[in-house]
Amino acid sequence: MDINFTPEDEAFRAEVRAFIEENQPQHLKGVRRGEYRNKEDFLVWHRILYKKGWLVPSWPAPYGTNWTPTQKYIWNEENARAETPAILPFGVSMVGPVIYTFGTQEQKDKYIPGILSGDVWWCQGYSEPGAGSDLASLKTTAVREGDYYIVNGQKTWTTLAQFADWIFCLVRTDKNAKAQEGISFLLIDMKTPGITVKPIITMDGGHEVNEVWFDNVKVPVENRIHEENKGWTCAKFLLSHERAGIAGVARSKRAISRLKDMLAMEVIDGEKLIDDADFERKIAELEIDLTALEFTELRTLASEQAGKGPGLESSILKIKGTEIQQRITELVMEGVGYYSLPYSDPLSHNEFAPGPAYAEGTTQNYANMRKTSIYGGSNEIQRNIIAKMVLGL
Amino acid sequence: MDFSFTEEQTLLRNSVQKFIQGAYDFETRRKVSKSDAGWRKEVYGQIAEMGLLGVAMPEDFGGLGGSAVDAMIIAEEFGRGLVIEPWLNNAVIAAGFLKAAGSTAQKEELLPAIAAGETVFAFAYAEPQGRFNLADLTTTAKKSGDGYVLNGHKAVVLGAPFADKLIVTARTSGGQRDADGVTVFIVDKSAKGVSTRDYPTVDGNRASEVTLENVTVGADAVIGEVGGGLKTVELVTDQAIAALAAESTGAMKVLNDTTIEYAKTRKQFGTPIGKFQVLQHRMVDMFMNYEQSVSITYMVTLKLEEEEAERKKAASAAKVQIGKAGRFIGQSAVQIHGGMGMTDELNVGHYFKRLTMIDTLFGNVDHHLKRYATLG
Ligand SMILES: Cc1cc2nc3c(=O)[nH]c(=O)nc-3n(C[C@H](O)[C@H](O)[C@H](O)COP(=O)(O)OP(=O)(O)OC[C@H]3O[C@@H](n4cnc5c(N)ncnc54)[C@H](O)[C@@H]3O)c2cc1C
Repeated sequence: MDINFTPEDEAFRAEVRAFIEENQPQHLKGVRRGEYRNKEDFLVWHRILYKKGWLVPSWPAPYGTNWTPTQKYIWNEENARAETPAILPFGVSMVGPVIYTFGTQEQKDKYIPGILSGDVWWCQGYSEPGAGSDLASLKTTAVREGDYYIVNGQKTWTTLAQFADWIFCLVRTDKNAKAQEGISFLLIDMKTPGITVKPIITMDGGHEVNEVWFDNVKVPVENRIHEENKGWTCAKFLLSHERAGIAGVARSKRAISRLKDMLAMEVIDGEKLIDDADFERKIAELEIDLTALEFTELRTLASEQAGKGPGLESSILKIKGTEIQQRITELVMEGVGYYSLPYSDPLSHNEFAPGPAYAEGTTQNYANMRKTSIYGGSNEIQRNIIAKMVLGL
Repeated sequence: MDFSFTEEQTLLRNSVQKFIQGAYDFETRRKVSKSDAGWRKEVYGQIAEMGLLGVAMPEDFGGLGGSAVDAMIIAEEFGRGLVIEPWLNNAVIAAGFLKAAGSTAQKEELLPAIAAGETVFAFAYAEPQGRFNLADLTTTAKKSGDGYVLNGHKAVVLGAPFADKLIVTARTSGGQRDADGVTVFIVDKSAKGVSTRDYPTVDGNRASEVTLENVTVGADAVIGEVGGGLKTVELVTDQAIAALAAESTGAMKVLNDTTIEYAKTRKQFGTPIGKFQVLQHRMVDMFMNYEQSVSITYMVTLKLEEEEAERKKAASAAKVQIGKAGRFIGQSAVQIHGGMGMTDELNVGHYFKRLTMIDTLFGNVDHHLKRYATLG
């Protein structure tokens, strides 16, 4: 056992840090995604990394880097430290890996370049009004008519579909098969006639998710990835893929350090709030929780490095990681006291904002982050997985 | 020992419920909250007509002569309706100040006007540096001739955009956090030197930053004793805490009922999600949190007349209980609703946000745990 990084790792860290410092978009440093002003804000860092060749470290040759898991870990840490924009996962972490794993050469040639360059924006069409945790009960149908599928149904909670050029969907191609066996994985151009996108406003006032409706949408059969009725295999592959980073440890560390900076500026009875015994305890607890999670993640990483692949323990990373992220937003909100009350319009937030800048939108962020224990397999579902698959209950 | 309501109290509850059902369906509330005005003056007028603004005022001054229990009932029902109109600021806080420390002239002039909904107050007590310490004041009031000159910045004054008058705490003597030297003033919002910047709050209400720049008021603007105002401020905020506790139980009840109903109808894996035991236990915990909050609300409401230390402990205890319960119930309701719980469309998020805000008002869980502990 050894918890130190090798000199090579440290050299790598220095190189990465220098690159980030020189190239990161300064106007987005530390800015929450809900406050991005336009589509390009989501993409600018993506494009820079693409040019550098560091966009998809985890992809296999010829696309990826040959970084070790430790190097990828360092990469995540350095990005969090510098508060670079998070890369949208839908293309590079979701549909991309499905395409290079299950797609034909033609499909790879057609879709991968747009995913990598950022020129094609993807969104994820899995969930439906009736199919959330129980995804396999999905009802959107794709009926074969010659060289086309005719797609009908509704997807929902589709993140950032308002910007999307393409959507990857799970659709039902065989109504008579068992739930998981009648599903196919389809790529659909959002410009196809019959698609309607309707915004869903979340309780924090943001427009992050949408409904996507399909009314007799004609999709070429060649847009199907993998065999017909084998879509569930792609979906399952995606779920087990790229668990590294799911815990968000590095970003949480950074958020805690921001929280501490803020508490040093807040006062309570004339003293710094950060020296308040109650707050000290809460921060200490949070940091200890995060340290334990960090080492849980490192253990996962080490076993991956030893070629064992990520285990089902990755559910721990999701549960603890999101609990910690949510806890941080609670403490930020508590820290700013009365200035947690003003509502900050996500679109016109440069109007009058009372109180210190760090207080802006803290309650909305707290409200928004409740999503993390709901999506990506809710924390109840993750606990069910551990109970069943790890504990054998 | 008796925890039952009188016939009049039941009638009061029924009439408030009917009013909320009529004037306060969720869609209307949403529209009003987003409108330019942010509230409905005519609805406030109806609240006045029903006698709800004068609930706790003596009958001689146009009130109903009711008790803290009557106020509790109204607050609870307003909590269910997420009422925006500033009932708490006026029926509880402004009336509370005048009743506790106002001169006869002030009472005669203002109580009937408050009860009739003609004069609307907001309470400007918090300051950027003060956090929840009611005595931590940098706003000053300096003696000048017969009156005073006020200077300072009051933070997040809820309901100020709707108000004509402000109740302002200011320091007439002593150091920044001394208990002595706090004085309570009535200030016209239209007075020279008062400026406000208005903004919405996360729960769909409105607030202002209030700046006082050489605002002159007469000696008759002082409520109670010069320099001895803190005791009244503490009394009135404890009364407000009792009402907030009642309001929060109304909001909690809606969340619990809505969540149970949803869990019975929402199906996943071929079964209502309410059949999953882990969610059942969570809903049981929500239920227990609610019941405990109701209990403590009764306790604080019945102890508002006790001697000071006892009253303060009761208020702090209540604020801690409802703060914790509000957070747990809010978070659980959202979680059990899944994605639907995150939406602006469903009422769940709106109650979640109101309960979150209530925890901050007049001091959060940490503040009141500490206050409770120091009271011994
Ligand atoms: C902000 C946000 C963004 C999203 N983005 C996308 C996206 O881009 N693409 C996409 O396809 N989807 C997306 N989703 C959808 C997300 O994956 C679903 O919300 C999630 O799967 C839960 O489904 P549901 O909302 O229908 O809740 P339900 O499945 O109805 O769950 C309701 C409650 O029941 C619990 N529950 C369900 N089953 C069980 C069980 N067996 N045991 C115990 N408890 C159970 C859940 O944990 C939850 O608390 C997003 C969701 C949100 C909130």
